[in-house]
Amino acid sequence: MKVGWLEVTVATLFLTLVLGAVWTRGRNWLDPEFWKRYAIIGSAIMFIALIILTFDTLAKTKIGSDRVPSPTVINYKIDYKYDPEKGYFKPVIGPEKELLFGKEYSEEEAMELIVKGKLVIQSRACMDCHTLLGNGAYYAPDLTKAWLDPKWEKVMIAATQSKTKEEAMVKFLMHPDKYATWTRRMPNLDIDEEEAKAVVAYLKWMAAINTNGFPDHFGESKLVKF
Amino acid sequence: MEKILTRFWGDISNLPESRKIALMYWTVAIALFGAQLLFGLIAAYQYINPDFLYTVMPFNITRMLHINAMVVWLLMGFIGGIYWLLPDETGRDVVGAKLGRIAFYLLTGAVAVVVLVYILVQMGKGNFFTMWFINEGREYIEAPRWADIGIVAVMGIIYYNVLATVLKAKKITGLLGVLLIDLIALAGLYVAGMFFTPNITYDQFWWWWVVHLWVEATWEVLVGVLMGWALMHVLGTPRRIIEGWLYLEVLLVFGTGILGLGHHYYWIGTPEYWLGIGGFFSSLEPIPLVAMIVHAVYDAGVHKLQTVNRPALFFIFLQAFGNFFGAGVWGFMHTLPQINLYSHGTQMAASHGHLAFFGAYVATNLVLMYIALQHIRAPHGPILDSKTWKIAYVGMIVSMVGMVGALLVAGFAQTFFERAIGGATWQDYIMSQMHPWVKIPMYWRLGFGILFFIFYFVLVYDMLTIGKKKVEAVEVKPA
Ligand code: HEC
Ligand code: HEM
Ligand code: HEM
Ligand SMILES: [Fe+2]
Repeated sequence: MKVGWLEVTVATLFLTLVLGAVWTRGRNWLDPEFWKRYAIIGSAIMFIALIILTFDTLAKTKIGSDRVPSPTVINYKIDYKYDPEKGYFKPVIGPEKELLFGKEYSEEEAMELIVKGKLVIQSRACMDCHTLLGNGAYYAPDLTKAWLDPKWEKVMIAATQSKTKEEAMVKFLMHPDKYATWTRRMPNLDIDEEEAKAVVAYLKWMAAINTNGFPDHFGESKLVKF
Repeated sequence: MEKILTRFWGDISNLPESRKIALMYWTVAIALFGAQLLFGLIAAYQYINPDFLYTVMPFNITRMLHINAMVVWLLMGFIGGIYWLLPDETGRDVVGAKLGRIAFYLLTGAVAVVVLVYILVQMGKGNFFTMWFINEGREYIEAPRWADIGIVAVMGIIYYNVLATVLKAKKITGLLGVLLIDLIALAGLYVAGMFFTPNITYDQFWWWWVVHLWVEATWEVLVGVLMGWALMHVLGTPRRIIEGWLYLEVLLVFGTGILGLGHHYYWIGTPEYWLGIGGFFSSLEPIPLVAMIVHAVYDAGVHKLQTVNRPALFFIFLQAFGNFFGAGVWGFMHTLPQINLYSHGTQMAASHGHLAFFGAYVATNLVLMYIALQHIRAPHGPILDSKTWKIAYVGMIVSMVGMVGALLVAGFAQTFFERAIGGATWQDYIMSQMHPWVKIPMYWRLGFGILFFIFYFVLVYDMLTIGKKKVEAVEVKPA
């Protein structure tokens, strides 16, 4: 049997009700002890359910899993397409290669880059201006699919006089004050080239995570025409 | 210290040590509340004038100071509340008064160092040194690792103190039982936020354990205990009724809030079953909050609003309704995955976050502080009352509602323009931010924020003066 959300929901509620009823048998419902026992049962069951779900979720979202891919995806072309079967937008990885900074990264090298990228992102508290996977602050754009943002190709490559998207991103991250595109500028966070490259790799990798369709129809805008 | 406390709170010579420690925590808490608002105002002003302190103190730093000051002062306020009710519940003074003071100084010192580093150093290079000593860069729990460990250690001392006092008194009430278990969970959860992983899905998975399981589970139960105790003291509700309700609330809060965690697992890479689990259980989370309103209003009705402590009673109402509207209603608005897919990470969350924290947790702290003020300044009646607390009360509510309303408009408009019509890109973001329905509310938020700050000072003034001069003697039967 496949266990989905409905089974989990029904099972936890059912167990709480039944086990609680057994343990409080014969007690008046106005007796505080009645509710104490129900509180213990209910909390314990929900907590156990959370633990089980946590193990399952962690197994399904390991780096290298179907949902959270291996860092070597930075060697491939990444796209974001509507999946009619799932009913939501999903990253499409490859099959064609698309090298980052003209280099093919081994598993180990790619992992090193991702670790570095994450450290840079935390050290500058990017999440207190931006959202990543939709969590953080609301002062600056969501970065979940920043790698796929059409503005890099349409505007920023030319603005930064770069040849590739990744070069434009590195230049922007190193000098966001210089390449600002509106009055609310990103400050210069003293990011060096090595750090900027790691961040770009991180953003490319993050764009390949299956986020159940968030953000919906990314890049298909009725508001913005380049 | 004794002198400072006397000056702020009144004659404390008769207080048990435990309650003096409570006042120490509350003094720092109220000061940090002011700091929180100051940095919030700067952040709000940077929305309007992004050049303001652009190189000196960018938005992420002002915001970080704003929300970290909030978490710290609310927690310190709760610790104060626990120290305040401890002698009452156990019938004796705290066992380790000296230890309690040391813990207080350690915590306050650590907070001061962290804040100074935030202000002066701000950010570091992308390496582990930064994580350990400057800034961990994870919203709400940015504090560097050394401070994390320190905070947990200090929490351990405080916990030991409470537990030892309960054991020595050989008396445990239902309130204390719930409190002791809840505090373990609360401190234990913080540990879930103390490691580094390159996997952002794991990162956010555990991060929400801390943030959600704090505010929607363990903190909610903690304020259940504190408010239950407050109701007994402000209205004289019998303990049996309080404890029966508390257990019911624990059942409902944990029963819905633990799996309600799933409403943060829709879009972070976690499996699809969280859409159903999170949507279902988090939709039920408002139920305990309704129960709390029923409880407070019913108790107050039974006693025909007769009380010896007007401000505390009214802050109890604010807590009950604020928690229900801020957490329950504002939370429910965006909790279903079908809605959250579009509203996720917009000003909607800011609107909800402000009302929920203010209603549920700021109000709880103020209730307890006013109970303390009455105990110190008007222990034998007549009644603790003043004009200024009413001004502060109404003023803070109106300005908070103004801010939250402005953010709600901005949130709807952002959701609509950036996410529904637009394609959620960089440029869609900019277009939506420049739309008048997002832009103008940012001015309103700042305006109401300034107003809130003014009423904060009225509140502080009232806390310094209420009950100090004799008010007109009103005959009130203690309920
Ligand atoms: C003080 C706030 C702030 C901080 C901190 C900040 N940013 Fe930004 N960021 C902005 C703003 C504002 C913009 C829009 C700038 C513009 O359009 O000129 C922006 C734009 C961007 C963009 C382009 C937008 C997009 O959707 O692709 C990227 C990528 C980016 N930032 C990455 C980062 C990273 C990585 C960090 C952390 C190392 C970071 N930012 C830290 C404010 C900030
Ligand atoms: C003077 C009044 C205040 C002002 C001007 C203010 C301003 C702000 C600003 C500008 C932000 C950043 C939002 C963003 O990322 O876009 C923020 C975030 C936040 N503030 Fe305030 N604030 C004020 C009072 C408060 C109070 C009283 C509380 C609660 C006790 C509070 C709790 C929060 C929280 C929890 C966040 C994070 C919200 C989120 O990430 O969704 N603020 N505030
Ligand atoms: C007192 C209790 C609560 C407090 C203090 C609180 C506070 C917050 C804060 C500050 C955030 C923003 C987090 C961030 O910075 O990313 C948030 C998010 C959220 N809250 Fe609450 N909350 C409470 C209760 C609830 C309840 C009861 C519900 C549901 C019924 C709820 C639903 C949500 C949802 C769905 C989000 C995610 C928003 C998004 O997707 O961006 N909250 N909450
Ligand atoms: Fe939540």
